[in-house]
Amino acid sequence: MGKTITEKIFAAHLRDTPCPGNVVLDIDVVMCHEITTPIAITDLMERGMDRVFDPAGIKAVIDHVTPSKDSKTATQAKILRDWARRHHIRDFFDIGANGVCHALFPEKGFIRPGNTVIMGDSHTCTHGAFGAFAAGIGTTDLEVGILKGVCSFKEPETMKIEITGCLADGVYAKDVILHIIKKLTVNGATNKVMEFTGPVVEKMSMESRMTLCNMAIEAGATCGVCLPDRVTADYLWPHIQDDYPTVAAAVADFKKYHSDPDAVYAETMTFEISGLTPQVTFGFKPDEVKDISEMAGTRVDQVYMGSCTNGRIEDLRQAARILKGRTLAAEVRGILSPATPAVYAQAMEEGIITIFMQAGFCVTNPTCGACLGMSNGVLAEGESCASTTNRNFNGRMGKGGMVHLMSPAAAAATAVTGAITDPRDFL
Amino acid sequence: MKQFGGPALFLDRNDINTDEIIPAKYLTESSKKALAPYILEDLKLDGFDPRSRALQDARVIVTRANFGCGSSREHAVWVFEVNGINVVIGEGFARIFRQNMFNCGMLAVELPKTDIDRIMGLGDGVEISVDIEAGRLTARGTADEVGCSFTLNPFDRELILAGGWLAYADKKY
Repeated sequence: MGKTITEKIFAAHLRDTPCPGNVVLDIDVVMCHEITTPIAITDLMERGMDRVFDPAGIKAVIDHVTPSKDSKTATQAKILRDWARRHHIRDFFDIGANGVCHALFPEKGFIRPGNTVIMGDSHTCTHGAFGAFAAGIGTTDLEVGILKGVCSFKEPETMKIEITGCLADGVYAKDVILHIIKKLTVNGATNKVMEFTGPVVEKMSMESRMTLCNMAIEAGATCGVCLPDRVTADYLWPHIQDDYPTVAAAVADFKKYHSDPDAVYAETMTFEISGLTPQVTFGFKPDEVKDISEMAGTRVDQVYMGSCTNGRIEDLRQAARILKGRTLAAEVRGILSPATPAVYAQAMEEGIITIFMQAGFCVTNPTCGACLGMSNGVLAEGESCASTTNRNFNGRMGKGGMVHLMSPAAAAATAVTGAITDPRDFL
Repeated sequence: MKQFGGPALFLDRNDINTDEIIPAKYLTESSKKALAPYILEDLKLDGFDPRSRALQDARVIVTRANFGCGSSREHAVWVFEVNGINVVIGEGFARIFRQNMFNCGMLAVELPKTDIDRIMGLGDGVEISVDIEAGRLTARGTADEVGCSFTLNPFDRELILAGGWLAYADKKY
């Protein structure tokens, strides 16, 4: 019987089977940030277990609140910083070099096809875009990961999500994943892996694949995954040149992580997206999604462009295409947080930062801040925000605030008119 | 091992998420105890008051489907733990929340909707006792009682007996 990519990765990393249906895996990459890791560090220290399984297997960043906004967040940063130094964790990213974890770590080439990856952050599923098994975990799992390099999981079932057709101009990966979550609901993929396949995914850039996988958790999935191919190899090439003689050799090697043709799936769903229009959320759950035309005219107070979902250069380019030569509507404030320093630098080089600034946007340093209501753009009670982020729970970006999730292009069009707007009106 | 059982509080809604259980602004706290006053602070649910006596007295939460969806923050489990609530009974849980419960040596029990309906049908003032070994729980209302069986996977049971995943993993790996 054939195997899915996830079954292959699990088989290659199996450490233990504590009972049928549950496995303990060896973990290749344990990623850490300053919100969920310091408490794990403190607990390990108090237990006399201040050790790490492998400093090279740990990557750490200060990204959620940076620069620190108060004494408490400064303490969190200090705990992580001191720990990284104490244990010689070379891949530690602090102010000046730090960016949103799920955008920064892929850029650095830390995630390879076939890897197992954990992090105390639900959007760790993003890294599945590279043909890895990547899952969000809590602090206790993180402690065990740091200490022993293992994590327990239920044996996965995979949903095959086949995406066919052709994306229309003005419609993006964000619209595709919102459409899929609407169909699946917020609970539709719980305990499952969502394997994204089909011609649309094959044509997508790594940035777009990351956007798809990033929101797998919003349907409850453990991980989203794409099969590693030429696009993956091209993206990773600067980091894998010592491992492979040519890109073609890397592509050939990555095939070992492709699902077999006779692999068994829990379910197969096909989405034909040729007629798909831009999507937007209207409520407090990421499955409360409508065609943007149904929400057209809904006023917003803020537009937020950034996050691990849509803060990459491709996203900024999509928005800049609409913002160029235009300005923010009166009474709307715009915030741009490029996801990483490299994205920021590239956007400066391409004149995108100037376009945003001339449109009236405030440009912040790379951070997760506003997305989860911790810093840099929290909403006041009763305010609403057109946002390129991934989650719209009640109060997510601030108590009493409403978040409308949409693509960067839709957010840019909304910024220009001050109300939810179909980006195709400006193309 | 922790204490399992006691007065129950009903949270009769699907998809209660981690932002509602403990808002992100409290994730800057570096002790579990400091989270205690903020339990369920932003929960939107008709008739629910996070300052109510019923929540203070509760030792068990009974809820609906997909409880704990959203963020990976274990704070959503700790805020129950520091309030003496070591059992959550629901129609289903988000994966990370459920794993965090057992990782802390706490109990997440999944029951079919019909059983949850019967328990919630008992009205206010329900006490729930849990027999982990037998996989049975009994909910006693003022007029009636409901008994339910549940299955506990052997690995999850071991985590509870060990006092959590760190203690278990430290011995074994």
